[in-house]
Amino acid sequence: MLEVKDLHVTVEDKAILNGLNLTINAGEVHAIMGPNGAGKSTLSAVIAGKDGYEVTQGTILFEGQDIFEMEIEERARAGLLLGFQYPIEIPGVKNIYLLKAALNAQRAARGEGEIPAPEFMKLVREKSAEMKMDPSFLQRAVNEGFSGGEKKRNEILQMLVLQPKLAMLDEIDSGLDIDAMKVVASGVNSLRSADRAILLVTHYQRLLNHIEPDRVHVLVDGRIVKSGDKELALELEARGYDWVLEESAA
Amino acid sequence: MSAPERFLERLTLRRTDDPSWVAARRQAGAARFEAMGFPTRRDEAWKYTDVRRIAEGDFALATDAGFDAARFEAQRLDIDAYRLVLVDGVFSEALSELEGLPDGVQVEPLSRALSANHEAVGGALGRLAGVDFSPFTALNTAFADEGVVVRLAPGAVVDKPIYVLLLSRANGQAVMSHPRVLIEAGARSEATVIEHYSGEAEAANFTNVVTEVLLDRGAIVDHYKLQEAALTDLHVASIHVDQSRDSRFNSYNLNLGGALVRTDLVTDLNGEGAEAAYNGLFFVQGRQHVDNHTLVNHNSPRTFSNENYKGVLDDRSHGVFNGKVFVKKDAQQIEAYQNNANLLLSDRAEIDTKPELVIYADDVKCSHGATTGQLDEDAVYALRSRGIDEPMARALLTLAFVGEVMDKVRLNVIAERVERAVAGRLPERFNLADLVETAEAVQEA
Repeated sequence: MLEVKDLHVTVEDKAILNGLNLTINAGEVHAIMGPNGAGKSTLSAVIAGKDGYEVTQGTILFEGQDIFEMEIEERARAGLLLGFQYPIEIPGVKNIYLLKAALNAQRAARGEGEIPAPEFMKLVREKSAEMKMDPSFLQRAVNEGFSGGEKKRNEILQMLVLQPKLAMLDEIDSGLDIDAMKVVASGVNSLRSADRAILLVTHYQRLLNHIEPDRVHVLVDGRIVKSGDKELALELEARGYDWVLEESAA
Repeated sequence: MSAPERFLERLTLRRTDDPSWVAARRQAGAARFEAMGFPTRRDEAWKYTDVRRIAEGDFALATDAGFDAARFEAQRLDIDAYRLVLVDGVFSEALSELEGLPDGVQVEPLSRALSANHEAVGGALGRLAGVDFSPFTALNTAFADEGVVVRLAPGAVVDKPIYVLLLSRANGQAVMSHPRVLIEAGARSEATVIEHYSGEAEAANFTNVVTEVLLDRGAIVDHYKLQEAALTDLHVASIHVDQSRDSRFNSYNLNLGGALVRTDLVTDLNGEGAEAAYNGLFFVQGRQHVDNHTLVNHNSPRTFSNENYKGVLDDRSHGVFNGKVFVKKDAQQIEAYQNNANLLLSDRAEIDTKPELVIYADDVKCSHGATTGQLDEDAVYALRSRGIDEPMARALLTLAFVGEVMDKVRLNVIAERVERAVAGRLPERFNLADLVETAEAVQEA
């Protein structure tokens, strides 16, 4: 589904990713872990087309398509969605507007007509209930005055409505208490399916107790230096990152 | 012949059966207008607004009020209201609906109100809008023979909005009209009055309206001015408000239409506890020019004003906002807040904004601010990252920008109409109107 080859990225002339390789197949959940400053967030930001990142080398194929040839909105419509670490507030734009406009854009890209209003209303109400969000949130401006946990739940709500093929979640667990974490994790888990994939970027292992990964990668200095199954995450939790750093330096 | 003389020539051609005192007032208006002439950009109050298109125009006076029925249905607000319609300044009995007014509430065309009770109605006319206010007020005073009179007895509460629809036709010969609106709200009375300017798409007439609003103790008046005239129409308005103790005046000045639209809004807070709220929106495109000059006079202690004007400017449009707050000596413990925020959608659009505070008291709470900018690019990105294309993202954010003012609008019919108009004007294929409907449906469900 996603193939990242020899990716080099600089931010303001500073090298952040230095030849990153990663393959994600449909049906898989991957977690990228690593110490602060390793470039974890950069990967998902580049895939989502965020400004300020310069790709100096390498390719990213999504379902065989070069994503650097696609506009930001085209990537999203194709099924690549990033849940932000710090979702921004968009005063005045109601949640319901964003959801409907985004969903219809996606449908239009597939050659489908707009979603009928009753069907849409049923969908968003169901998904809000799953995220334990009161329907009144739909009438509120996107993230405006939301608590940290509410913002994160709102990100997942967008995922549930838009059903991305590859959901990328950047530090989705930061700032969540345990109850909110469970709601968010159960939302993410409901996205798991044989034809979808999930990429989790996280600093801590605790999220992975709730969303069990198939593959865990350790990112250091802009490269994946170690990959393994979920046991690797537990080992990192117990031993920290130093041993990986030493191992990779050796 | 000078421009003022050319305009006033129409006055002498006009049929007249005015009583002598009305004739005298017309003459005073005409004389004052002739002496002042049309304002030029050398006049401080008209620095950014060039009225040559008016001064050099040739405008006749309409003599009938015919209007296409289907078009009328399409343009009127779908609202349960007492309705009075003027077509090019001429009263249309056929299109008006004034039956069933509650006791103590008078809503009539000016001509009729004057003939029924000259003294009571005529006495109030011109009390607030003197001929010295501006050449246009003087011109209106010279010509005005039609308009609307709203009089509320003490304690009268009007159950439905009073809806004044002023239509402009696409005439072969352009016309001018000088409507006069008088609203006298007795003590503790309450009413909502809508002035709605609309008309045929190619209309290129000149409307010069003067509105006077007197609020007695504790009266509450919501006043809407919805400008949706053709993008070729010319429009000058002044609204003069006098507020007694504990009265409340809420103004909603919503500008979408017109080639050149100038509105002066002046409120005198003359009694303790009087409160004025000015909510304004202008959304202009093409070569539209909209100028809002507002003034609040805090003449009495413990008076309150709150003003919020928002402008959205596209293409080569030009907006002007001049908001002045004046606090008289010894008018202590007043509060006055003013804000003007503008959004430029095009590099060639222009806004001239000037907030002014003039304070001669020392125990006051006042603030003012003006901002002008573009859309938040981080927000544009956030929307695009969800698959929304860029024009749509910008449209959503523009609608959001006006939302702050529209949220204050209490009449849903108007709020929805303006939101839809804003949505429909935004670039590209676009279906925000549909979104607005969905949001409303979810709310109701």
